[in-house]
Amino acid sequence: MADITVRMRVNGGPRSATVPPRLTLADFLRERCGLTGTHLGCEHGVCGACTVLLDGQAVRACLVFAVQADGAEVTTVEGIASPAGELSPVQEAFRDHHGLQCGFCTPGFVVSVTAFLRDNPDPTDEQIRDGLSGNLCRCTGYQGILKAVRAAARRRQAGRP
Amino acid sequence: MKPPSFEYHLPGGVEEAVGLLAELGEDAKPIAGGQSLVPMLALRLAAPEHLVDLRRLDGLRGVEERDGTVRIGAGTTQAAVQRSAEVARSVPLMARATPLIGHFQIRNRGTVGGSLAHADAAAEYPAVALALDARLEAVSPRGARTIPAGAFFTGLWSTALAEDELLTAVDFPVRRGRSGFAIEEFARRGGDFAIAGAAVAVELDGAGLVRRCGIGLFGLGSTPLRAPAAEAAATGSALTGIDASELGRTALAELDSVPADLHASADHRAHVGAAIVARAWRRAAEEAAHG
Repeated sequence: MADITVRMRVNGGPRSATVPPRLTLADFLRERCGLTGTHLGCEHGVCGACTVLLDGQAVRACLVFAVQADGAEVTTVEGIASPAGELSPVQEAFRDHHGLQCGFCTPGFVVSVTAFLRDNPDPTDEQIRDGLSGNLCRCTGYQGILKAVRAAARRRQAGRP
Repeated sequence: MKPPSFEYHLPGGVEEAVGLLAELGEDAKPIAGGQSLVPMLALRLAAPEHLVDLRRLDGLRGVEERDGTVRIGAGTTQAAVQRSAEVARSVPLMARATPLIGHFQIRNRGTVGGSLAHADAAAEYPAVALALDARLEAVSPRGARTIPAGAFFTGLWSTALAEDELLTAVDFPVRRGRSGFAIEEFARRGGDFAIAGAAVAVELDGAGLVRRCGIGLFGLGSTPLRAPAAEAAATGSALTGIDASELGRTALAELDSVPADLHASADHRAHVGAAIVARAWRRAAEEAAHG
């Protein structure tokens, strides 16, 4: 099976590699880019731990092949904080409201919530629950996560990016 | 699990895509959003030797209303359908079905054509296509043809599409007159495939009698299904003369092989199915009666 050269921008920087077509975007990010913040839980699209932004849209990186992302702009959890390392409002809110326990699912939640709040800046609780439904937390820390999303929404409304 | 190896093809247009499908034959699969196909690869339920990626087929994306029909390109994402004011206004059943599909991350990639061509018996869009008598356009090297939704779903994960045929668009009739639409499903968790679901479209004539009734069922057979006996029972009647619970029982009485799995026995699924049909009917009838 012929390998294919792919080029994309990951967290603002150019990346390229020659990969087998079956390599998922998640494995490309972890193994070829060394960005191991993108976690793999189920590898078949159920758990949401591998969520990244692909051309700005939250997607499951285990359900996209790297070859399909050729030419795209990708943001992983490593690209959510500012370049100086300042946490984003979503990351701060997760820290402040116990939005994580073991932390395995956290990168997926942070990326999903970042996209969700961009598109739904003033969500109701019902919308937040629906927005979180694609990410699983096996520590079942959902109440803390819910509080974190509410707080992050308020912080964003107060003018933080 | 990691998906099995495959050869990757990236055609630049429909003609090139169907040419590849014709040349590669049964060893090839088209991939659009991949939200059903990639899990099947990861679970090794499918192992095609070639994947033909449709992402450069820009002409397959978009929503267009013309002559009483809304044409949705097969490559249109579910997220785009959800955002479309045209779909919300003219094909409300599609608009209402869309938020029930997976989660927003899935809908950002998943496409209308992918969902229909994958033809999962428990998926929402196939049942909506049946309830609305949608018409599916397919292209092959031999040309284009139109397939009525009623003839499209032929078996478990199987459709009327030939190996070298690509689903390019779906035409839905624009809602007209006094009409009502509802989709209901029961799933253990939001975003899961439904244990049972129903999509109902009802249209009244000038005298307030049911002129047309379409009921699409999902999760209740090996394919998406219609409920012809229930549809016939409703057609020609006044809304006040139709008992929703009885209609639900009539719809389920027609089915001879309601599936059983670890989520629900056949009996339980049929019981839930009848209740869901009744619930969808009530909401659709309410909307048709009061606008």
